[in-house]
Amino acid sequence: MHEMSLCEGILQVLEDNAKSQQFKKVKTIWLEIGALSGVEIEAMKFCFDAVTRGTLAEQANLEIINKPGLAWCMKCSKNVEVTQRFDECPDCGSYQLQVVGGDEMKIKELEVE
Amino acid sequence: MCTVCGCGEGETTIEGHSHPHNHSHDHDHEHSHDHDHHHDYGQGAAHAHAPGMSQSRMVQIETDILGKNNEYAALNRRWFAEHHVLTLNLVSSPGSGKTTLLTRTIDDLKNELNLAVIEGDQQTANDAERIRETGVKALQINTGKGCHLDAHMIGHALETLKPEDKGVLFIENVGNLVCPAAFDLGEAHKVAILSVTEGEDKPLKYPDMFHAADIMLLNKIDLLPYLNFDVEKCIEYARHVNPGIKILQVSATTGEGMDLWYQWIKTTQQLTLIG
Repeated sequence: MHEMSLCEGILQVLEDNAKSQQFKKVKTIWLEIGALSGVEIEAMKFCFDAVTRGTLAEQANLEIINKPGLAWCMKCSKNVEVTQRFDECPDCGSYQLQVVGGDEMKIKELEVE
Repeated sequence: MCTVCGCGEGETTIEGHSHPHNHSHDHDHEHSHDHDHHHDYGQGAAHAHAPGMSQSRMVQIETDILGKNNEYAALNRRWFAEHHVLTLNLVSSPGSGKTTLLTRTIDDLKNELNLAVIEGDQQTANDAERIRETGVKALQINTGKGCHLDAHMIGHALETLKPEDKGVLFIENVGNLVCPAAFDLGEAHKVAILSVTEGEDKPLKYPDMFHAADIMLLNKIDLLPYLNFDVEKCIEYARHVNPGIKILQVSATTGEGMDLWYQWIKTTQQLTLIG
């Protein structure tokens, strides 16, 4: 979904940080992407190359740190791992799940010069 | 998005909004013209140190990719709170009957509540014109190539539209069940509209949207006798994705079930007044 605007958002964060942290080139970007964030990694990489052309992040490597989807099962009273928002609890089969993690889309770290 | 005010550099246009975007969009990158010799800086970050040579280093930034949008959304939310405006973000596929549902809602509520509408579409001001025919203030945002409204567009739209204090603002998002899920506009609630002419498994096919919504309106129920649409299954699927979602069955054409929707709006608006 909307990977293009996410990449534009990333580029903006990079440009903002380039001023405040004083760097001119971004070589590697580590992104933390949750399994439930709705981000298609391949589409993201494709858009990223297009969006960063001619910018400080041209040809930068995009490294993805995958985070699992986590939900609180009300019946089991514990966190369980899920891969989709409509998953049932892998232990008890209940749908009374509250997603508690795995929807992050974060820029963690940069390698810059 | 542009780096100065965060606005899309694309083709977004907001009716009646003449924000002069004449600030510079240059990306501040330097062009090197000496490609025919090589510096060897060693492998990886920060090894050999020689004065005047640039060095790789690591920067921890821990920034949310949608952080900028979320900042604008927070500003919108504060504005809504200060003016006691209940804002509802209407999301659905194209063709779910969103605009018909909205015009009917406006006709039935405009004597009781101060209403205003922001319309989002890729192109044309047709929907805003349809709303203005009801006598209510409406502003069209055309997103151009964009697939969703973002909080920054809404902030600008508020400057022009100026919704009345203690009123209700409807934002009709671009018809799309995917992207608008991720973009907080500062609204109090997302309202998902699903029509029975679509598949009953839409909540499973587009889980992010039904998860993000607080209420789902199942529209066009007057057509149920002619369709093989399993209402119970649809509700069950929506609850799989979002156990807490409120579901109302309505027909914007016949008016069936619309009373409950109006009650929900009025009750929610009362809560907004209390703050």
